[in-house]
Amino acid sequence: MSDHEYTPKSNFGKWFNDRLPLLTLANHLTDYPTPKNLNYWWTFGGILTFCLVTQIVTGLVLAMHYIAHADMAFDSVEHIMRDVNYGWLIRYIHANGASMFFLAVYIHIFRSLFYGSYKAPREIIWIIGIIIYLLMMAAAFMGYVLPWGQMSFWGATVITNLFSAIPLVGEGIVTWLWGGYSVDNPTLTRFFTLHYLIPFLILGLVVLHIWALHVPGNNNPIGIDVKKPSKDTVPFHPYIVIKDAFALLMFMIVFAFFVFYTPNILGHADNYIEANPLVTPAHIVPEWYLLPFYAILRSVPDKLMGVIAMLSAIFILAALPWLDTSKIRSAVFRPLYRQFYWILVADVLILGYVGAMPAEGLYLLIARVATAYYFLHFLVILPILGFKERTLPVPLSITEPVLGGSSNLAAARDDSRLDKLK
Amino acid sequence: MKKLLKLYFYIFFLISFLPKVYAAEKVEYLTTDWSFKGLFGKFDRAALQRGYHVYTEVCSSCHSMKYLSYRNLAQEGGPEFTEAEAKAIAASFEVTDGPNSDGEMFTRPGKLSDKFVMPYDNVKAAQAANGGAYPPDMSVLVKARGGGVDYIYSLLQGYEDPPPGVTLDDGVYYNKYMYGNKIKMSNQLSDGLIEYSDGTKATVEQMSKDVTTFLMWAAEPHLESRHKMGFKAIVYLIILTILVYFSMKRIWSRIETKV
Repeated sequence: MSDHEYTPKSNFGKWFNDRLPLLTLANHLTDYPTPKNLNYWWTFGGILTFCLVTQIVTGLVLAMHYIAHADMAFDSVEHIMRDVNYGWLIRYIHANGASMFFLAVYIHIFRSLFYGSYKAPREIIWIIGIIIYLLMMAAAFMGYVLPWGQMSFWGATVITNLFSAIPLVGEGIVTWLWGGYSVDNPTLTRFFTLHYLIPFLILGLVVLHIWALHVPGNNNPIGIDVKKPSKDTVPFHPYIVIKDAFALLMFMIVFAFFVFYTPNILGHADNYIEANPLVTPAHIVPEWYLLPFYAILRSVPDKLMGVIAMLSAIFILAALPWLDTSKIRSAVFRPLYRQFYWILVADVLILGYVGAMPAEGLYLLIARVATAYYFLHFLVILPILGFKERTLPVPLSITEPVLGGSSNLAAARDDSRLDKLK
Repeated sequence: MKKLLKLYFYIFFLISFLPKVYAAEKVEYLTTDWSFKGLFGKFDRAALQRGYHVYTEVCSSCHSMKYLSYRNLAQEGGPEFTEAEAKAIAASFEVTDGPNSDGEMFTRPGKLSDKFVMPYDNVKAAQAANGGAYPPDMSVLVKARGGGVDYIYSLLQGYEDPPPGVTLDDGVYYNKYMYGNKIKMSNQLSDGLIEYSDGTKATVEQMSKDVTTFLMWAAEPHLESRHKMGFKAIVYLIILTILVYFSMKRIWSRIETKV
């Protein structure tokens, strides 16, 4: 909360605020001191909030027309596409919105990785973020099952079957998940229920994510602690609000292009074929945003080990604040880390690519190398790098490099100049 | 601003790369000048009407279109038959209705609100009549095939004699665009097979193009309003983005930091 006491001007405002300090909260949110050197990679938090709200609103409308029944789900989706007023628009926004959501979340996560936003004192923000990401994957996966097309059905079969890898109780767990002996109507109805529930869990976690953010305040491209409020910060409103709005609009143009002009390009054609338990599609592929993990899963020959590898690939991220031993946050001052960062980005993109390809021959080999590197990056390179890397000198305040554009970092460290700023 | 444009470029690059990942098998399909592609893409009304003609004369004896109703034929953005024409088309089909007050099913001429009449009573009957293969429902067929309209267009023209060494079972035909090259549908189109009422010459190529256009509309009946609305939405967003950009510049000019 802000340092200064806030008192509403009107008597009613005072009366209300004494009983429920909503106005204090609103004041905190508008005044919230934000580092002024945040670049556009920092606008994706706001964009993600927009994505979540869009998914919830369009999802609500879709749920009014959708029928969660194995015999009627596919028909009801076509009913939405054809006969519901603007049903096609709402469904295409929802379907492409999922992809846009993941696009934004990946940029958000990789921004964090580059600028070390996960490091102390922001570990809790990071871990909540990872939980949100996990829930997003669960929601997206179950949402993809609802149209009850071929990819829905077979994707659900493949993914739920992963649990059968658990020794002893695996088969029992799968039957329990399915609510029967194969993916069928009970599976569809429970997936629908959970798909409706999870976004609200995410919403709650987003509140915690932002709350945890507002305790230490934002990290920034230089990665140094910022005194707040000071010359290094600007109030959230109007500075960050207008900047986020601008970035959001740019994002919405891309979003609109997908919705209106290529609404099906990110989906798989097989999902316009109604689910048929007797016909298996030639290639079962998950949606693009799950492909890197799918590649990791398939690169391990043993089923159980594959599942463990896939889950570790996600959970390892939660341990990142402790795996990265470097005291310096921003990659701007870590020349070696910067290179490894970009190798990791390439590695994940390669994993995504081979995840979409059949798991054989050269593709499988590439997937194995890329999987090994993924773990190597987090388990070996990062811990060692913190001790071995010669980092560049870090400025003591944001205002220094921004104002002067000065490369004279030594001057920035001069205490006398710091005093002038106060 | 430069940085931002760079970032924007990266994002565009990333997402334009994504769809290519899906195209696991690359086949060169035939294509033609589809009128419904592009920012202002619209259906060619005459082609839709001819396409419907091909569908009823040729395809509909085996392929159903269960999500379409006769009213759709008169709908804006579709073949746009007049309501009288659509009513006449509907009335030319026998529809089973009921049960009536005696508990009996009865047949009556079709109405605008009726769904397209199915060629077979059920999937089993369709399979029995087609050598075990189920002729897929055509309502969303274009969207259910990797190559989309180009694939359907090619498939209709892709029949040829099997290359030496390939033996075909009875009732199986060779098509160079079919997945695995073996298809249970025989070549359906031949030059002059039907007579178009508008005098267009019914070549195989022409009929393939018309019926594929019709199928595209069947799969995306709101394509025209989608394109129209999309253009407006994007223009609106661009104007708003520019306005917000200048407001942002103005607001940030109060402090000595660039955005």
